[in-house]
Amino acid sequence: MKLTATEIEIAEILEKDARLTNEDVAKMTNLSVEQTREIIKKLEEQKIIVRYVSLVDWTKIDGHQGVTAMIDVKITPKRDVGFKNVAERIYRHREVKSVYLMSGTYDLSVVVEGNSLNEVAHFVTQKLSTIDGVISTTTHFVLKKYKHDGTIYDSDDKDKRIVVSP
Amino acid sequence: MELKTSYLAKHVRTLQPSGIRKFFDATAGMTGVISLGVGEPDFVTPWNVREAAIVSLEDGYTSYTANAGLPALREEIAKYIENYFCVSYQPESEIIVTVGASEAIDIALRAILDPGDEVLVIEPCFVSYAPLVTLAGGVPVIVQTNRENNFKVTAEELGEALTERTKAIMICSPNNPTGSMLSKDEMEKVAAVAKDNDLLILSDEIYAELVYDELYTSFAALDDMRERTILVSGFSKDLAMTGWRLGFVCAPEEIIGGMLKIHQYAIMCAATMAQYAALEGLKTGRKDVKEMRKSYRQRRNFIVQSLNDMGLACHNPEGAFYTFPCIESTGLSSEEFATRLLQTEKVVVVPGNAFGAGGEGFVRCSYATSMAQLQEAMTRMKRFVDNL
Ligand SMILES: Cc1ncc(COP(=O)(O)O)c(C=O)c1O
Repeated sequence: MKLTATEIEIAEILEKDARLTNEDVAKMTNLSVEQTREIIKKLEEQKIIVRYVSLVDWTKIDGHQGVTAMIDVKITPKRDVGFKNVAERIYRHREVKSVYLMSGTYDLSVVVEGNSLNEVAHFVTQKLSTIDGVISTTTHFVLKKYKHDGTIYDSDDKDKRIVVSP
Repeated sequence: MELKTSYLAKHVRTLQPSGIRKFFDATAGMTGVISLGVGEPDFVTPWNVREAAIVSLEDGYTSYTANAGLPALREEIAKYIENYFCVSYQPESEIIVTVGASEAIDIALRAILDPGDEVLVIEPCFVSYAPLVTLAGGVPVIVQTNRENNFKVTAEELGEALTERTKAIMICSPNNPTGSMLSKDEMEKVAAVAKDNDLLILSDEIYAELVYDELYTSFAALDDMRERTILVSGFSKDLAMTGWRLGFVCAPEEIIGGMLKIHQYAIMCAATMAQYAALEGLKTGRKDVKEMRKSYRQRRNFIVQSLNDMGLACHNPEGAFYTFPCIESTGLSSEEFATRLLQTEKVVVVPGNAFGAGGEGFVRCSYATSMAQLQEAMTRMKRFVDNL
């Protein structure tokens, strides 16, 4: 779909900060509030803006740490549907946060989140490995997130400038 | 033996401290302030650029460079100027890498002025222009611009200030503190004044890459202007490198030769690691500049509308990262406005008179700060204005 430069700009602005009000976005782009609302509505309807999310650092909250695993999955592609229908059977699970088709030594990269190591292990052995067409899985647990989705966790982003300068 | 009343030279004794510094002292020790008083990017220097400096240190490049700067850097500057401004300069003989645009302005003035020579300084302007003219033995002649003209100087105003002793016109476009930028047409008119009166143009183009609506034209790129233009720029603003203290100056060989003599005795050469960093910035930093520019433009739009909405008339600045709203409607002087805003709402703005007498009635608000901070600053400022 072809978008205007302004429509793209609004998508970019909201991708960075979804909490900006229509009024703020209107001011930033020199549009009327009405025009801005129309554009945002269009972006939402066309599923260009798919969802508004916030990035939460769960490790800061006691009892909410959870575990993330990145699992390399090798599969046998099926005639006509290729990888798609195995991917579908995987991503339908609630625990699965993302599924990517990869080039290289394995086929799917699956990100799984669970409350505990056990929970993820259970998912891999009971749900994932047993799916028809899955040949093998290699599970990597994430030990610490330094940067996620372009955001550096715990970065020292204090303003280091003096209060007044030429 | 009797001591002199002061060991200081007269022109140093009488030099006024910068109005910005004065206001800086007022903010000392305060916490929880939001500053719109900062004349530098809120971005940190792009990582590529910082890394290049680190690598240069690791590799042991810790000695002096050539006086005029690393040959590779000058070459890259020449390429950049050619691409971006459409003027070509010889890297060997027409470019010096300096300690910020600040040093470039200083040595340019010292190289061209005989005692008593006059330089037209267009106010409101960057705080250092007039004092540097004085320190170089020249006489700054102030040309005031006004809001009706969007703070753009006209040929008539320049004409009125000319005398037998006028040697040069200092121009900064986009400007600090107003953000105003001359269109190509308007520049042609200033250039005509320079040509008709055989004047130099000292063109401070440090904000050239931070323009938001129109295309940028360099003074040196105008017809027959290259030979009478001293093009000053640097890495402080577009690559967010203020602390690295690195700039450059391009001019015809004779002028650069003169400037190089001063630079070589006073400075030797700019910091080596900073030069390696800038080299990387020129090679790979354009994408970062583009991102930053986009972000400034959005914030500019936001702050200009917000200021106008709260009744502080504000022209639309075409470049740099400053707005210069008129605060006359509040009945306060610019210093009172800034001081009381700081005391009641903890928002820092710079009184307009810090940039010359013609800045009275205005304050400078920098939008080189995050949208979140800007939003909060605008909320506080509106409350302040509403409660007056
Ligand atoms: C118009 C203008 N020229 C020059 C400078 C100084 O730049 P540099 O950091 O390169 O010395 C500034 C900094 O605020 C400025 O606003």
